[in-house]
Amino acid sequence: MVDTMMEEKATASTKVFSSELSQKVAGLLQSGDVQLAIGYEKGTKRPRPCFISETDDADKLIFDEHCTGNLAVYLTKKELIGDSKVAVTASYFALRSILRLLTENQVKLEKLVVLTVTSEGKLIQFETAEDIAAYIKSTPVPAREDDKVLLEKLNAMTREERWAFWSDELSKCFKCYACRAACPMCYCTKCIVEENRPQWIQPWASTLGNIEWHINRAMHMTGRCSDCGACGSACPLDLPVHLLSKKIVEEVSESFGMDANDTLQGGNALSTYKPEDKETFIK
Amino acid sequence: MEKRFISQPSLMQWLDKLNSEGKHLYAPVKKGARVDFARVSSAAEISFDHVQTTQSAKSVAFPRTEVLFSYEKEKGKVNLENFQAEKMPSTVVFGLHPCDAAGFNPLTAIFSWDSRDEIFDARMERTTIVSLSCTRPDESCFCTSVNGGPGNTTGSDILLTPVKEGFLVEILTEKGMALVKADAASFEADRGDVKEDFLAKLPLKFDLKAVQERLTNAFESPIWKKQSQRCLGCGACAFVCPTCACFDIQEDAHGSKGKRLRCWDSCGFALFTLHTSGHNPREVQAQRWRQRLLHKFSYMPERLSVRGCTGCGRCSRACPVDMNISEHLSSI
Repeated sequence: MVDTMMEEKATASTKVFSSELSQKVAGLLQSGDVQLAIGYEKGTKRPRPCFISETDDADKLIFDEHCTGNLAVYLTKKELIGDSKVAVTASYFALRSILRLLTENQVKLEKLVVLTVTSEGKLIQFETAEDIAAYIKSTPVPAREDDKVLLEKLNAMTREERWAFWSDELSKCFKCYACRAACPMCYCTKCIVEENRPQWIQPWASTLGNIEWHINRAMHMTGRCSDCGACGSACPLDLPVHLLSKKIVEEVSESFGMDANDTLQGGNALSTYKPEDKETFIK
Repeated sequence: MEKRFISQPSLMQWLDKLNSEGKHLYAPVKKGARVDFARVSSAAEISFDHVQTTQSAKSVAFPRTEVLFSYEKEKGKVNLENFQAEKMPSTVVFGLHPCDAAGFNPLTAIFSWDSRDEIFDARMERTTIVSLSCTRPDESCFCTSVNGGPGNTTGSDILLTPVKEGFLVEILTEKGMALVKADAASFEADRGDVKEDFLAKLPLKFDLKAVQERLTNAFESPIWKKQSQRCLGCGACAFVCPTCACFDIQEDAHGSKGKRLRCWDSCGFALFTLHTSGHNPREVQAQRWRQRLLHKFSYMPERLSVRGCTGCGRCSRACPVDMNISEHLSSI
């Protein structure tokens, strides 16, 4: 882990930037270390993703606790990135996603400059995946109070009540797939819902088809989800779909002893076999 | 056009009466932090104090999923059953803002482009639109920039404007008059209220004519790539839009019987234009974003003499990555 030195920045650009982060990114672009930076800029109501390829534009960059969209989602988009080396300002959860994308061979660390800014405002550039993992483990998980309240409510429900709750919520889903689009782990070029030979999931909006879709998505996230909540935040109808994968993160932790920080283990809970697995059916 | 006045209690009574007569009443309903259109059984359920519902009211005429026809194969014969217009309920949509009411015009233009769409027409025929003038816009609203306005009457059968102690009632069509006549006693003579005094003030966000002129030569512009970089390619903008009308045809088949369905689709999806051959004429998001804006602000005005945007601002509110449409239009 290398803390950015003030001296380095001064030589990187003669222009004075408004933040250490902007200065760093401007330096990376100017030196040709990266061709593109993905970060956050001021948006209409809250910060939004921005793409910077010109040094001067680096001044737009911001990074604070309101920067919650998971920028790792862009790292697998070939049409945006091509063969460029990319700098990315990663939130806590985006760091988890980047590790997972590394273990799934979807990104290469030599094509990335991973940056973050701590809650104390310290800029960090990560050198290795182990550095990222160490940072995640030593940093408290950003709290999401709304989720906690709703999860407690859901946990207190009977099975029948929970089924009624989810049937009602998911019946409203109109299948815009914002949840999928915002998720860094949904990088498949052809999603299961688009398979039509055979058609596994009804592609039109209906209560049954919606439940099929969201359960499928949750299962595909099992042991892979960074618990960033981007799917729920992206939902235009405010359906709490992220709680499905959040619950599965808990289940995986209980059943397989893997938590969302164990991203360097490789594989994931549902597609990895280990001789010491407690299930006996396969032996 | 005739004007009346109705008090708040009489309005509630009128709506309840329409409901009790068997009309389906759709209106904004608050649930938690969200307000959205839902069928109500009592006027007391209706929300009056929101800025905008999450979704538009378009689903009354263009539902997210609808059965076009059903079929059954039996001993070499195929029995077809068309959609049944007579089973469609007579519906009153209440409390939509002028930007939503105006959206039914571009929708109708699309669904009657080269031939009438029977199922859409059947739903529209059974729908009466009672809108509510807008008194409070938010930062995403821009109706005034697309020739609309907080008190615009386009598309409404009746327009209510909140005034002192009640509502100014503008009865705009025969359908609207028929609804008023259902409970004429609830309505009083016009009190001479000046509508404009009670409407939201919304300054222009862009010059529509200039935008349209710039779009005419913008097809090859690099702006599309720049603007669309953060677009995630979901369908949130299209699905909350009062004028987006793209649809997919699906088959709900079970052995020898099934249904042919029409359901919402979006030009923002990569799959939308994917050919069976594997070729995709809109291969990248920049092309799909260009299509979205040009379709609304260039192709529709040229071919159908109506714009595909009413300035409701929903796409900007719904977008997970803040693809603010008025900001993007201004920067072209």
